[in-house]
Amino acid sequence: MSLEHFIDNAISPWMRNDGPESDIVLSSRIRLARNVADVSYPLIADEEKLEEIRDFFQENYEHQSFRNHEDLEFISISDLSAIEKHVLVEKHLISPHLVKYSDEAAALISQDEQISVMINEEDHLRIQLYYPGLQLRNALEDAFALDDWLEERVDYAFDETRGYLTCCPTNVGTGLRASVMMHLPALTLTKQINRIIPAINQLGLVVRGIYGEGSETIGNIFQVSNQITLGKSEEDIVSDLESIVNQLIGHERNARSILMKQSELTLEDRIYRSYGVLEYSRIINATEAARCISNVRLGIDLGIIKHTSRSILNELMVLIQPGFLQHFAKKNLTANECDVLRASLIRERLELEK
Amino acid sequence: MECQECHERPATLHFTQISNGEKTEIHVCEVCAKEKGYLTYPDEAYSFHHLLTDLINFNASKIESVENDAFKQQAQELTCPHCGMTFTQFKRIGKFGCASCYHTFSTRLDPIFRRAHAGNTKHNGKVPKRTGIDLQTRKQLEDYKKELQYLIETEAFEKAAIIRDKIKALESSSKKSEAGDKS
Repeated sequence: MSLEHFIDNAISPWMRNDGPESDIVLSSRIRLARNVADVSYPLIADEEKLEEIRDFFQENYEHQSFRNHEDLEFISISDLSAIEKHVLVEKHLISPHLVKYSDEAAALISQDEQISVMINEEDHLRIQLYYPGLQLRNALEDAFALDDWLEERVDYAFDETRGYLTCCPTNVGTGLRASVMMHLPALTLTKQINRIIPAINQLGLVVRGIYGEGSETIGNIFQVSNQITLGKSEEDIVSDLESIVNQLIGHERNARSILMKQSELTLEDRIYRSYGVLEYSRIINATEAARCISNVRLGIDLGIIKHTSRSILNELMVLIQPGFLQHFAKKNLTANECDVLRASLIRERLELEK
Repeated sequence: MECQECHERPATLHFTQISNGEKTEIHVCEVCAKEKGYLTYPDEAYSFHHLLTDLINFNASKIESVENDAFKQQAQELTCPHCGMTFTQFKRIGKFGCASCYHTFSTRLDPIFRRAHAGNTKHNGKVPKRTGIDLQTRKQLEDYKKELQYLIETEAFEKAAIIRDKIKALESSSKKSEAGDKS
Protein backbone atom coordinates (compact mmCIF):
# COMPACT_ATOMS: atom_id res chain seq x y z
CA MET A 1 0.00 0.00 0.00
CA SER A 2 1.23 3.46 -0.71
CA LEU A 3 0.25 6.91 -1.72
CA GLU A 4 -1.20 5.74 -5.05
CA HIS A 5 -4.08 4.02 -3.44
CA PHE A 6 -5.16 7.21 -1.66
CA ILE A 7 -5.01 9.07 -4.92
CA ASP A 8 -6.35 6.57 -7.43
CA ASN A 9 -9.67 5.99 -5.73
CA ALA A 10 -12.15 8.81 -5.66
CA ILE A 11 -13.97 7.25 -2.75
CA SER A 12 -12.42 6.58 0.65
CA PRO A 13 -12.91 3.00 1.91
CA TRP A 14 -14.97 4.14 4.92
CA MET A 15 -17.49 5.88 2.64
CA ARG A 16 -18.63 2.50 1.34
CA ASN A 17 -20.20 1.76 4.69
CA ASP A 18 -23.51 3.36 5.47
CA GLY A 19 -23.74 5.11 8.80
CA PRO A 20 -26.82 6.23 10.74
CA GLU A 21 -28.97 8.78 8.85
CA SER A 22 -26.77 8.33 5.81
CA ASP A 23 -29.58 9.36 3.47
CA ILE A 24 -28.84 12.90 4.63
CA VAL A 25 -25.61 12.90 6.61
CA LEU A 26 -22.67 11.97 4.41
CA SER A 27 -19.99 12.05 7.06
CA SER A 28 -19.03 13.13 10.57
CA ARG A 29 -15.65 14.55 11.35
CA ILE A 30 -13.80 15.32 14.57
CA ARG A 31 -10.75 17.52 14.42
CA LEU A 32 -8.45 18.20 17.38
CA ALA A 33 -5.80 20.92 17.22
CA ARG A 34 -2.69 20.17 19.30
CA ASN A 35 0.74 21.66 19.66
CA VAL A 36 4.06 20.39 20.91
CA ALA A 37 5.12 22.13 24.13
CA ASP A 38 7.95 24.66 23.99
CA VAL A 39 8.10 24.96 20.20
CA SER A 40 6.79 28.05 18.39
CA TYR A 41 3.83 27.52 16.07
CA PRO A 42 4.55 26.70 12.41
CA LEU A 43 3.66 30.31 11.49
CA ILE A 44 6.99 31.55 12.86
CA ALA A 45 8.98 28.52 14.05
CA ASP A 46 12.45 27.79 12.69
CA GLU A 47 12.59 25.29 9.85
CA GLU A 48 14.85 22.98 11.87
CA LYS A 49 12.34 22.80 14.71
CA LEU A 50 9.53 21.93 12.33
CA GLU A 51 11.70 19.36 10.59
CA GLU A 52 12.39 17.83 13.99
CA ILE A 53 8.68 17.52 14.66
CA ARG A 54 7.99 16.07 11.22
CA ASP A 55 10.82 13.53 11.53
CA PHE A 56 9.72 12.59 15.03
CA PHE A 57 6.28 11.64 13.77
CA GLN A 58 7.71 9.73 10.84
CA GLU A 59 10.07 7.76 13.08
CA ASN A 60 7.50 6.99 15.72
CA TYR A 61 4.25 6.53 13.88
CA GLU A 62 4.91 5.54 10.25
CA HIS A 63 3.30 2.15 9.53
CA GLN A 64 1.90 1.96 13.06
CA SER A 65 -1.72 0.93 13.50
CA PHE A 66 -4.20 2.52 15.83
CA ARG A 67 -7.14 0.31 16.82
CA ASN A 68 -8.70 -0.97 13.59
CA HIS A 69 -7.23 1.84 11.52
CA GLU A 70 -4.29 0.05 10.03
CA ASP A 71 -0.90 1.10 8.84
CA LEU A 72 -0.47 4.85 9.03
CA GLU A 73 1.10 6.08 5.82
CA PHE A 74 3.56 8.94 6.25
CA ILE A 75 3.34 11.50 3.48
CA SER A 76 5.70 14.41 3.20
CA ILE A 77 3.86 17.18 1.39
CA SER A 78 6.95 18.52 -0.38
CA ASP A 79 7.36 15.11 -2.07
CA LEU A 80 3.97 15.40 -3.77
CA SER A 81 3.28 16.74 -7.23
CA ALA A 82 0.87 19.65 -7.57
CA ILE A 83 -1.85 17.32 -8.86
CA GLU A 84 -1.33 14.81 -6.05
CA LYS A 85 -1.70 17.58 -3.48
CA HIS A 86 -4.86 18.69 -5.23
CA VAL A 87 -6.38 15.21 -5.06
CA LEU A 88 -5.64 14.75 -1.35
CA VAL A 89 -7.31 18.10 -0.65
CA GLU A 90 -10.32 17.20 -2.78
CA LYS A 91 -10.68 13.99 -0.79
CA HIS A 92 -10.48 16.04 2.43
CA LEU A 93 -7.51 13.98 3.58
CA ILE A 94 -5.44 17.11 3.98
CA SER A 95 -6.37 20.78 4.23
CA PRO A 96 -5.62 23.53 1.69
CA HIS A 97 -3.63 25.22 4.45
CA LEU A 98 -1.29 22.23 4.84
CA VAL A 99 -0.39 22.38 1.16
CA LYS A 100 0.04 26.11 1.03
CA TYR A 101 2.29 27.30 3.77
CA SER A 102 4.90 25.01 5.18
CA ASP A 103 7.71 23.11 3.47
CA GLU A 104 7.92 20.90 6.53
CA ALA A 105 4.28 19.81 6.31
CA ALA A 106 3.37 16.14 6.41
CA ALA A 107 0.45 13.84 7.10
CA LEU A 108 -0.14 10.42 8.61
CA ILE A 109 -3.09 8.74 6.91
CA SER A 110 -4.50 5.34 7.81
CA GLN A 111 -5.26 2.85 5.04
CA ASP A 112 -9.00 3.10 5.68
CA GLU A 113 -8.59 6.89 5.30
CA GLN A 114 -10.56 7.49 8.50
CA ILE A 115 -7.55 8.94 10.30
CA SER A 116 -5.49 11.80 9.04
CA VAL A 117 -3.00 13.49 11.33
CA MET A 118 -1.67 16.64 9.71
CA ILE A 119 1.75 17.75 10.87
CA ASN A 120 2.87 21.40 10.77
CA GLU A 121 -0.43 22.80 9.60
CA GLU A 122 -1.52 25.99 11.38
CA ASP A 123 -0.88 23.98 14.55
CA HIS A 124 1.82 21.33 14.93
CA LEU A 125 -0.86 18.66 14.90
CA ARG A 126 -4.32 18.49 13.45
CA ILE A 127 -5.87 15.16 14.31
CA GLN A 128 -8.80 14.27 12.07
CA LEU A 129 -11.18 11.36 12.19
CA TYR A 130 -13.95 10.61 9.74
CA TYR A 131 -16.96 8.39 10.18
CA PRO A 132 -19.75 7.66 7.70
CA GLY A 133 -23.19 9.04 8.52
CA LEU A 134 -24.03 10.73 11.80
CA GLN A 135 -21.58 9.23 14.28
CA LEU A 136 -20.09 12.17 16.10
CA ARG A 137 -19.90 10.35 19.41
CA ASN A 138 -18.06 7.36 17.98
CA ALA A 139 -15.74 9.69 16.15
CA LEU A 140 -15.09 11.69 19.33
CA GLU A 141 -14.38 8.56 21.35
CA ASP A 142 -11.96 7.33 18.70
CA ALA A 143 -10.34 10.76 18.39
CA PHE A 144 -9.84 11.01 22.17
CA ALA A 145 -8.15 7.60 22.23
CA LEU A 146 -5.99 8.56 19.25
CA ASP A 147 -5.11 11.81 21.01
CA ASP A 148 -4.07 9.91 24.17
CA TRP A 149 -2.07 7.45 22.07
CA LEU A 150 -0.12 10.26 20.42
CA GLU A 151 0.28 12.05 23.73
CA GLU A 152 2.10 9.04 25.21
CA ARG A 153 5.18 10.25 23.41
CA VAL A 154 4.53 13.98 22.92
CA ASP A 155 4.28 16.77 25.47
CA TYR A 156 1.39 18.99 24.47
CA ALA A 157 1.14 22.74 24.95
CA PHE A 158 -1.60 22.84 27.57
CA ASP A 159 -2.68 25.30 30.20
CA GLU A 160 -4.99 24.57 33.09
CA THR A 161 -7.15 27.64 32.51
CA ARG A 162 -6.97 28.03 28.75
CA GLY A 163 -6.82 24.36 27.78
CA TYR A 164 -4.99 23.26 24.64
CA LEU A 165 -3.04 26.25 23.38
CA THR A 166 -3.54 26.74 19.67
CA CYS A 167 -2.14 29.16 17.15
CA CYS A 168 -5.52 30.75 16.47
CA PRO A 169 -7.54 32.11 19.40
CA THR A 170 -10.69 30.65 17.81
CA ASN A 171 -9.45 27.09 18.48
CA VAL A 172 -8.18 27.46 22.04
CA GLY A 173 -9.55 25.27 24.83
CA THR A 174 -10.69 21.99 23.41
CA GLY A 175 -9.10 22.54 19.99
CA LEU A 176 -12.18 20.69 18.77
CA ARG A 177 -14.01 21.23 15.56
CA ALA A 178 -16.81 18.74 15.12
CA SER A 179 -18.43 18.86 11.74
CA VAL A 180 -21.07 17.08 9.78
CA MET A 181 -21.44 17.00 6.00
CA MET A 182 -25.10 17.10 5.04
CA HIS A 183 -26.92 16.72 1.75
CA LEU A 184 -29.92 19.08 1.93
CA PRO A 185 -31.51 19.24 -1.53
CA ALA A 186 -35.14 19.63 -0.43
CA LEU A 187 -34.39 22.46 2.00
CA THR A 188 -32.45 24.19 -0.76
CA LEU A 189 -35.14 23.58 -3.37
CA THR A 190 -37.83 25.03 -1.13
CA LYS A 191 -35.49 27.89 -0.13
CA GLN A 192 -36.00 27.11 3.56
CA ILE A 193 -32.24 26.84 3.94
CA ASN A 194 -31.91 30.62 3.60
CA ARG A 195 -33.89 31.05 6.80
CA ILE A 196 -32.23 28.17 8.60
CA ILE A 197 -28.59 29.14 8.12
CA PRO A 198 -28.76 32.49 9.96
CA ALA A 199 -30.68 30.83 12.79
CA ILE A 200 -27.98 28.19 13.15
CA ASN A 201 -25.27 30.84 13.15
CA GLN A 202 -26.92 32.47 16.12
CA LEU A 203 -26.52 29.25 18.08
CA GLY A 204 -22.74 29.35 17.84
CA LEU A 205 -22.60 26.89 14.97
CA VAL A 206 -21.45 27.57 11.42
CA VAL A 207 -22.76 26.39 8.10
CA ARG A 208 -20.26 26.31 5.26
CA GLY A 209 -19.69 24.86 1.82
CA ILE A 210 -18.19 21.47 1.17
CA TYR A 211 -14.55 22.58 1.24
CA GLY A 212 -14.80 24.40 4.55
CA GLU A 213 -14.16 28.00 5.39
CA GLY A 214 -14.92 30.44 2.59
CA SER A 215 -15.99 27.76 0.14
CA GLU A 216 -19.20 27.80 -1.86
CA THR A 217 -21.85 25.20 -1.47
CA ILE A 218 -21.87 22.84 -4.38
CA GLY A 219 -24.29 20.00 -4.94
CA ASN A 220 -26.47 21.09 -2.00
CA ILE A 221 -23.85 19.83 0.41
CA PHE A 222 -23.41 21.80 3.61
CA GLN A 223 -20.92 21.48 6.40
CA VAL A 224 -22.27 22.24 9.86
CA SER A 225 -19.74 22.69 12.64
CA ASN A 226 -19.18 24.21 16.06
CA GLN A 227 -17.53 27.59 16.38
CA ILE A 228 -17.00 27.79 20.12
CA THR A 229 -14.10 25.75 21.44
CA LEU A 230 -13.55 27.33 24.85
CA GLY A 231 -15.63 26.90 27.99
CA LYS A 232 -17.71 23.94 26.86
CA SER A 233 -16.69 20.31 27.22
CA GLU A 234 -16.13 18.28 24.06
CA GLU A 235 -19.14 16.14 24.92
CA ASP A 236 -21.36 19.22 25.21
CA ILE A 237 -20.06 20.67 21.96
CA VAL A 238 -20.79 17.42 20.18
CA SER A 239 -24.23 16.96 21.68
CA ASP A 240 -25.21 20.56 20.86
CA LEU A 241 -24.14 20.01 17.27
CA GLU A 242 -25.88 16.67 17.16
CA SER A 243 -29.18 18.09 18.31
CA ILE A 244 -29.09 20.79 15.62
CA VAL A 245 -28.14 18.23 12.99
CA ASN A 246 -31.04 16.05 14.08
CA GLN A 247 -33.41 18.97 13.69
CA LEU A 248 -32.00 19.69 10.24
CA ILE A 249 -32.51 16.05 9.30
CA GLY A 250 -36.11 16.32 10.45
CA HIS A 251 -36.70 19.47 8.40
CA GLU A 252 -35.07 17.96 5.32
CA ARG A 253 -37.13 14.75 5.56
CA ASN A 254 -40.24 16.82 6.05
CA ALA A 255 -39.46 18.99 3.03
CA ARG A 256 -38.80 15.86 0.98
CA SER A 257 -42.11 14.26 1.84
CA ILE A 258 -44.01 17.50 1.16
CA LEU A 259 -42.30 17.75 -2.23
CA MET A 260 -43.25 14.15 -2.96
CA LYS A 261 -46.85 14.75 -1.98
CA GLN A 262 -47.35 18.10 -3.66
CA SER A 263 -45.28 17.85 -6.78
CA GLU A 264 -44.15 14.30 -7.27
CA LEU A 265 -44.17 14.50 -11.05
CA THR A 266 -42.19 17.74 -11.17
CA LEU A 267 -39.67 16.26 -8.76
CA GLU A 268 -39.45 13.04 -10.73
CA ASP A 269 -38.96 15.04 -13.92
CA ARG A 270 -36.17 17.03 -12.36
CA ILE A 271 -34.42 13.92 -11.10
CA TYR A 272 -34.67 12.03 -14.39
CA ARG A 273 -33.54 15.06 -16.40
CA SER A 274 -30.46 15.28 -14.20
CA TYR A 275 -29.85 11.57 -14.64
CA GLY A 276 -30.16 12.07 -18.39
CA VAL A 277 -27.65 14.90 -18.38
CA LEU A 278 -25.15 12.81 -16.44
CA GLU A 279 -25.71 9.79 -18.65
CA TYR A 280 -25.56 11.50 -22.03
CA SER A 281 -23.68 14.78 -21.83
CA ARG A 282 -20.32 15.05 -23.54
CA ILE A 283 -19.16 18.30 -21.95
CA ILE A 284 -20.10 19.21 -18.38
CA ASN A 285 -18.69 21.72 -15.88
CA ALA A 286 -18.27 20.99 -12.18
CA THR A 287 -21.22 23.11 -11.01
CA GLU A 288 -23.72 21.52 -13.36
CA ALA A 289 -22.35 18.07 -12.62
CA ALA A 290 -22.65 18.66 -8.87
CA ARG A 291 -26.23 19.87 -9.24
CA CYS A 292 -27.22 16.83 -11.30
CA ILE A 293 -25.43 14.42 -8.97
CA SER A 294 -27.29 15.95 -6.04
CA ASN A 295 -30.63 15.47 -7.83
CA VAL A 296 -29.80 11.87 -8.71
CA ARG A 297 -28.81 11.15 -5.14
CA LEU A 298 -32.14 12.60 -3.98
CA GLY A 299 -33.81 10.29 -6.50
CA ILE A 300 -31.99 7.31 -5.00
CA ASP A 301 -33.01 8.33 -1.46
CA LEU A 302 -36.65 8.71 -2.50
CA GLY A 303 -36.68 5.38 -4.28
CA ILE A 304 -37.30 7.00 -7.67
CA ILE A 305 -33.99 5.84 -9.06
CA LYS A 306 -33.22 2.23 -8.29
CA HIS A 307 -30.19 0.00 -8.71
CA THR A 308 -27.74 2.80 -8.12
CA SER A 309 -25.69 2.86 -4.94
CA ARG A 310 -25.91 5.79 -2.59
CA SER A 311 -22.17 6.19 -2.23
CA ILE A 312 -22.17 7.37 -5.83
CA LEU A 313 -22.72 10.92 -4.58
CA ASN A 314 -19.60 10.94 -2.39
CA GLU A 315 -17.63 9.28 -5.12
CA LEU A 316 -18.71 11.47 -8.02
CA MET A 317 -18.27 14.63 -5.95
CA VAL A 318 -14.53 13.84 -5.79
CA LEU A 319 -14.35 12.38 -9.30
CA ILE A 320 -15.58 15.62 -10.88
CA GLN A 321 -12.94 17.81 -9.18
CA PRO A 322 -10.20 19.24 -11.41
CA GLY A 323 -7.34 17.72 -9.38
CA PHE A 324 -8.74 14.24 -9.63
CA LEU A 325 -9.47 14.59 -13.33
CA GLN A 326 -5.94 15.73 -14.02
CA HIS A 327 -4.52 12.92 -11.96
CA PHE A 328 -6.63 10.51 -13.99
CA ALA A 329 -5.46 12.05 -17.26
CA LYS A 330 -1.89 12.06 -15.93
CA LYS A 331 -1.36 15.58 -17.25
CA ASN A 332 -2.49 19.15 -16.77
CA LEU A 333 -5.79 19.90 -18.44
CA THR A 334 -7.48 23.08 -19.58
CA ALA A 335 -10.92 23.86 -18.17
CA ASN A 336 -12.46 22.68 -21.40
CA GLU A 337 -10.57 19.41 -21.42
CA CYS A 338 -11.66 18.91 -17.81
CA ASP A 339 -15.31 19.33 -18.82
CA VAL A 340 -14.94 16.68 -21.53
CA LEU A 341 -13.14 14.18 -19.32
CA ARG A 342 -15.59 14.82 -16.48
CA ALA A 343 -18.53 13.96 -18.72
CA SER A 344 -16.91 10.78 -19.93
CA LEU A 345 -15.89 9.60 -16.44
CA ILE A 346 -19.39 10.20 -15.11
CA ARG A 347 -20.88 8.20 -18.01
CA GLU A 348 -18.48 5.35 -17.35
CA ARG A 349 -19.20 5.41 -13.64
CA LEU A 350 -22.96 5.26 -14.20
CA GLU A 351 -22.47 2.41 -16.67
CA LEU A 352 -20.87 0.40 -13.84
CA GLU A 353 -24.09 0.63 -11.84
CA LYS A 354 -26.16 -1.11 -14.51
CA MET B 1 -2.85 52.15 39.16
CA GLU B 2 -6.14 52.11 37.32
CA CYS B 3 -6.88 53.91 34.11
CA GLN B 4 -8.25 57.41 34.77
CA GLU B 5 -10.66 57.17 31.85
CA CYS B 6 -12.43 53.84 32.14
CA HIS B 7 -11.49 52.96 35.75
CA GLU B 8 -11.58 49.35 34.64
CA ARG B 9 -8.27 48.37 33.14
CA PRO B 10 -4.86 49.05 34.69
CA ALA B 11 -3.08 52.15 33.39
CA THR B 12 -0.24 51.05 31.18
CA LEU B 13 0.68 54.39 29.67
CA HIS B 14 1.85 57.34 31.77
CA PHE B 15 2.75 60.72 30.43
CA THR B 16 2.75 64.42 31.12
CA GLN B 17 0.79 66.78 28.96
CA ILE B 18 1.66 70.45 28.81
CA SER B 19 -0.97 72.70 27.34
CA ASN B 20 -1.09 76.52 27.81
CA GLY B 21 1.73 76.21 30.29
CA GLU B 22 -0.28 73.85 32.50
CA LYS B 23 1.11 70.46 33.38
CA THR B 24 -1.23 67.48 33.59
CA GLU B 25 -0.30 63.92 34.48
CA ILE B 26 -2.13 61.29 32.47
CA HIS B 27 -2.46 57.63 33.39
CA VAL B 28 -4.50 55.60 30.97
CA CYS B 29 -4.84 52.14 29.52
CA GLU B 30 -4.06 51.44 25.90
CA VAL B 31 -7.68 51.23 24.84
CA CYS B 32 -8.64 54.63 26.24
CA ALA B 33 -5.41 56.19 25.07
CA LYS B 34 -6.30 55.18 21.58
CA GLU B 35 -9.89 56.32 21.91
CA LYS B 36 -8.97 59.73 23.35
CA GLY B 37 -6.35 60.23 20.70
CA TYR B 38 -3.39 60.29 23.12
CA LEU B 39 -1.77 57.77 20.96
CA THR B 40 -1.46 57.31 17.25
CA TYR B 41 -0.91 53.69 16.50
CA PRO B 42 1.30 52.58 13.70
CA ASP B 43 -1.16 49.89 12.66
CA GLU B 44 -3.53 52.35 10.99
CA ALA B 45 -0.87 53.05 8.44
CA TYR B 46 0.43 49.53 8.42
CA SER B 47 0.90 47.94 5.06
CA PHE B 48 0.92 44.32 4.08
CA HIS B 49 4.60 44.68 3.40
CA HIS B 50 5.30 45.68 7.00
CA LEU B 51 3.31 42.75 8.20
CA LEU B 52 5.41 40.37 6.17
CA THR B 53 8.70 41.92 7.14
CA ASP B 54 7.68 41.80 10.77
CA LEU B 55 6.90 38.15 10.43
CA ILE B 56 10.18 37.43 8.75
CA ASN B 57 12.34 39.51 11.08
CA PHE B 58 10.71 38.18 14.18
CA ASN B 59 13.14 39.78 16.50
CA ALA B 60 12.23 42.30 19.16
CA SER B 61 15.76 43.70 19.40
CA LYS B 62 15.58 44.76 15.77
CA ILE B 63 12.40 46.66 16.41
CA GLU B 64 13.99 48.45 19.36
CA SER B 65 16.96 49.55 17.31
CA VAL B 66 14.77 51.33 14.79
CA GLU B 67 14.92 55.07 15.43
CA ASN B 68 11.23 55.68 15.21
CA ASP B 69 8.88 56.83 17.94
CA ALA B 70 6.10 54.56 16.86
CA PHE B 71 8.36 51.57 16.96
CA LYS B 72 9.75 52.56 20.33
CA GLN B 73 6.26 52.54 21.71
CA GLN B 74 5.80 49.05 20.32
CA ALA B 75 8.99 47.83 21.88
CA GLN B 76 7.80 48.95 25.29
CA GLU B 77 4.61 46.98 25.01
CA LEU B 78 4.12 43.33 25.80
CA THR B 79 6.53 41.11 23.93
CA CYS B 80 6.61 37.36 24.19
CA PRO B 81 10.01 36.30 25.58
CA HIS B 82 9.87 32.96 23.77
CA CYS B 83 9.01 33.93 20.20
CA GLY B 84 9.31 37.74 20.18
CA MET B 85 5.75 38.42 19.10
CA THR B 86 4.32 41.70 20.38
CA PHE B 87 0.73 42.23 21.39
CA THR B 88 0.22 44.62 18.47
CA GLN B 89 1.48 42.02 16.05
CA PHE B 90 -0.79 39.44 17.62
CA LYS B 91 -3.78 41.74 17.21
CA ARG B 92 -2.91 42.45 13.62
CA ILE B 93 -2.52 38.87 12.41
CA GLY B 94 -4.92 37.30 14.88
CA LYS B 95 -2.63 34.37 15.60
CA PHE B 96 -0.34 33.52 18.48
CA GLY B 97 3.34 32.87 17.83
CA CYS B 98 3.79 30.21 20.48
CA ALA B 99 2.17 28.80 23.60
CA SER B 100 4.06 31.29 25.82
CA CYS B 101 2.18 34.14 24.12
CA TYR B 102 -0.89 33.02 26.05
CA HIS B 103 0.98 33.65 29.27
CA THR B 104 2.61 36.89 28.13
CA PHE B 105 -0.64 38.46 26.91
CA SER B 106 -2.82 36.77 29.51
CA THR B 107 -4.18 39.96 31.08
CA ARG B 108 -5.49 41.17 27.73
CA LEU B 109 -6.91 37.98 26.34
CA ASP B 110 -10.20 37.66 28.22
CA PRO B 111 -12.10 40.18 26.06
CA ILE B 112 -10.81 38.53 22.90
CA PHE B 113 -11.81 35.05 24.05
CA ARG B 114 -15.16 36.30 25.28
CA ARG B 115 -15.95 37.66 21.86
CA ALA B 116 -14.83 34.50 20.03
CA HIS B 117 -16.32 31.97 22.42
CA ALA B 118 -19.67 33.36 23.51
CA GLY B 119 -18.42 34.84 26.77
CA ASN B 120 -16.18 31.95 27.83
CA THR B 121 -12.62 32.44 29.00
CA LYS B 122 -11.86 29.16 30.77
CA HIS B 123 -11.28 25.66 29.44
CA ASN B 124 -13.74 23.08 30.57
CA GLY B 125 -12.84 19.97 28.61
CA LYS B 126 -10.27 17.27 28.06
CA VAL B 127 -6.99 17.28 29.90
CA PRO B 128 -3.87 15.53 28.58
CA LYS B 129 -3.88 11.98 29.88
CA ARG B 130 -0.23 11.50 30.69
CA THR B 131 0.91 14.99 31.66
CA GLY B 132 -2.39 15.97 33.15
CA ILE B 133 -3.02 13.26 35.75
CA ASP B 134 -2.85 15.73 38.65
CA LEU B 135 -5.13 18.08 36.77
CA GLN B 136 -7.60 15.32 36.14
CA THR B 137 -7.77 14.42 39.80
CA ARG B 138 -8.21 18.02 40.76
CA LYS B 139 -10.96 18.47 38.21
CA GLN B 140 -12.68 15.32 39.42
CA LEU B 141 -12.46 16.61 42.99
CA GLU B 142 -14.00 19.91 41.98
CA ASP B 143 -16.84 18.09 40.25
CA TYR B 144 -17.45 15.93 43.31
CA LYS B 145 -17.44 18.95 45.59
CA LYS B 146 -19.97 20.75 43.45
CA GLU B 147 -22.14 17.65 43.47
CA LEU B 148 -21.76 17.34 47.25
CA GLN B 149 -22.82 20.94 47.70
CA TYR B 150 -25.88 20.33 45.58
CA LEU B 151 -26.78 17.12 47.40
CA ILE B 152 -26.51 18.82 50.77
CA GLU B 153 -28.65 21.72 49.60
CA THR B 154 -31.29 19.31 48.35
CA GLU B 155 -30.95 17.31 51.60
CA ALA B 156 -29.98 14.10 49.85
CA PHE B 157 -27.70 13.15 52.71
CA GLU B 158 -27.26 9.48 51.91
CA LYS B 159 -25.98 10.24 48.46
CA ALA B 160 -23.90 13.08 49.88
CA ALA B 161 -22.17 10.63 52.23
CA ILE B 162 -21.17 8.47 49.26
CA ILE B 163 -19.73 11.45 47.43
CA ARG B 164 -17.95 12.58 50.58
CA ASP B 165 -16.25 9.18 50.84
CA LYS B 166 -15.24 9.40 47.19
CA ILE B 167 -13.66 12.78 47.82
CA LYS B 168 -11.75 11.41 50.81
CA ALA B 169 -10.51 8.43 48.82
CA LEU B 170 -9.42 10.62 45.93
CA GLU B 171 -7.66 13.09 48.20
CA SER B 172 -5.75 10.42 50.07
CA SER B 173 -4.72 8.63 46.89
CA SER B 174 -3.43 11.81 45.30
CA LYS B 175 -1.46 12.59 48.47
CA LYS B 176 0.05 9.12 48.34
CA SER B 177 1.15 9.54 44.77
CA GLU B 178 2.68 12.90 45.60
CA ALA B 179 4.58 11.35 48.48
CA GLY B 180 5.66 8.55 46.18
CA ASP B 181 7.04 11.05 43.72
CA LYS B 182 9.16 12.70 46.36
CA SER B 183 10.71 9.54 47.81
